[in-house]
Amino acid sequence: MMRFTTLIKNPADWMTGEGADNAIVLTSRIRLARNLRGEAFPGWAKKEQRRHALEIMRPAVEALPCMKDAFSQELDDLNSVQKQVLVERHLISREHAARGEGSAAVIERRQSIALMLNEEDHLRMQAIRPGMSLRGAFEALSAIDDDLENSLELAFDHELGYLTTCPTNLGTGLRASAMLHLPALVLSDQIGQVLQAVNKIGLAVRGLYGEGTESLGNLFQISNQSTLGESEETILRRLERVIAQVATHERNARDKLLEDDPAMVSDKIGRAYGVLRHAWIIDSKEALTHLSLLRLGGDLGFLPQDTVKTCDALLMDIQPAHLQLHSGRKLSPEERDSIRAEIVRGRLQSLEAPDIRSTRKKDESDPDPEIL
Amino acid sequence: MDCDICGKHAKVHLTQLVGGQIKKIALCDDCAKEKGVTDPTGFALAEMLLGKTPGKVVPSAPTVAGSGRRCPNCGFTLEDLRRIRRFGCADCYDTFREDVNQMLRGMHKGFKHCGKVPAGMMELHERTQRLEELRGKLDQAITSENYEEAAGLRDEIRQIEVRATPESND
Repeated sequence: MMRFTTLIKNPADWMTGEGADNAIVLTSRIRLARNLRGEAFPGWAKKEQRRHALEIMRPAVEALPCMKDAFSQELDDLNSVQKQVLVERHLISREHAARGEGSAAVIERRQSIALMLNEEDHLRMQAIRPGMSLRGAFEALSAIDDDLENSLELAFDHELGYLTTCPTNLGTGLRASAMLHLPALVLSDQIGQVLQAVNKIGLAVRGLYGEGTESLGNLFQISNQSTLGESEETILRRLERVIAQVATHERNARDKLLEDDPAMVSDKIGRAYGVLRHAWIIDSKEALTHLSLLRLGGDLGFLPQDTVKTCDALLMDIQPAHLQLHSGRKLSPEERDSIRAEIVRGRLQSLEAPDIRSTRKKDESDPDPEIL
Repeated sequence: MDCDICGKHAKVHLTQLVGGQIKKIALCDDCAKEKGVTDPTGFALAEMLLGKTPGKVVPSAPTVAGSGRRCPNCGFTLEDLRRIRRFGCADCYDTFREDVNQMLRGMHKGFKHCGKVPAGMMELHERTQRLEELRGKLDQAITSENYEEAAGLRDEIRQIEVRATPESND
């Protein structure tokens, strides 16, 4: 089995990979909730019942072909920084990190598949892909679900579908979501309108780290709310359609900003570059705000295209637990701010100043960048 | 009409079926907001109808819904559901099926699963679905006094039921 340090040494596949619509859709994520028949749900179960459920599930999960040489660990055996790193990488939830005895995480080597054992449900399975790839992620996870059904007795009802701890997850147990980078909609004050429209058709919109968190770095997560009464196919199709529409709005807003107010866009990107290249103390909110603009600059042709990738990797690496892991010790908030600035400066060292005279380099080489 | 909670002018009027009885509730804007009646998840509404609301509002609802039932598998009660808003085990859904159906109102796009079915349960699932469909048609046929069709449907239902439990034929 893989050690924690080996698992986390490399960025996850979905953090570095290039997916469809990557300039706007960072990642696609699918989560399936499943429970064992006859066993008390984790939140209600006594310690020994949780242990018992774990003993049933863990061998079945570890035996999955994709989990060969995977990382598999009880959360009690990880320290708080290690758990927090897994949360920052979206490999376990905050709720799971807080759970006590009998909870475990089994994570595939490339970090594209992660299974939480004894979270709110007995099994919370997740697949993440770079870019717009909800379907690919669903197919991968559904195959794993089929495999597990052969070895585990899952709780299923002919009317209510897969039975979950919370009735909001009944039915398919499916939560499909995509992380979108929408700086132009924010800059042009259209974001409220767009998000309201998304909400109206029964989809949920959240900030970077899920429920109840504010949006940082112009990152928004769009996901389905309803899980009962519709097939997985219907849920995915609606979400895909809406995400494509939001991405088109963002693309149009980017074009319009460049056309209407190129000086403002240049100024924002130039300032973001200046701060990130030369700051010695930077908190995470400020860093995310500027990285978002730098990422936009990469996509608009003010900066080399691979700036987008650099920014994506930094989004993860400048988070508190990642910084502590990087330093190998516990850091005070002040220390974190200065190490964060150091890492950002280091990564952007060779990045030349944005070409603010150009309107849009990208247009010259790629006359039709809208792949929607 | 006055609000059932505070007596102010009521603007929200709810009619719900609780345990087979029609219950009407009138609420003013403030109380409706406080009770989460506008909550799109419907959870707060379910909670209210399950009997958390004090005062003169649907006094019979708590006895209808929370009749002290306990899940035979995990010991969970409706009181626990109100407290933690989660169920105790999969069997709770059977124990509290009526209350679950109330709760699902407004929470999802529908009341019936139409997604993936575990491979091992496919046959049973399809049979259950088919029986339900036939029973619906049978009801319709009887209502429209189409007795010939009704007889055919009844036979088909019997056949499926007999095939499902061959030992009961002995």
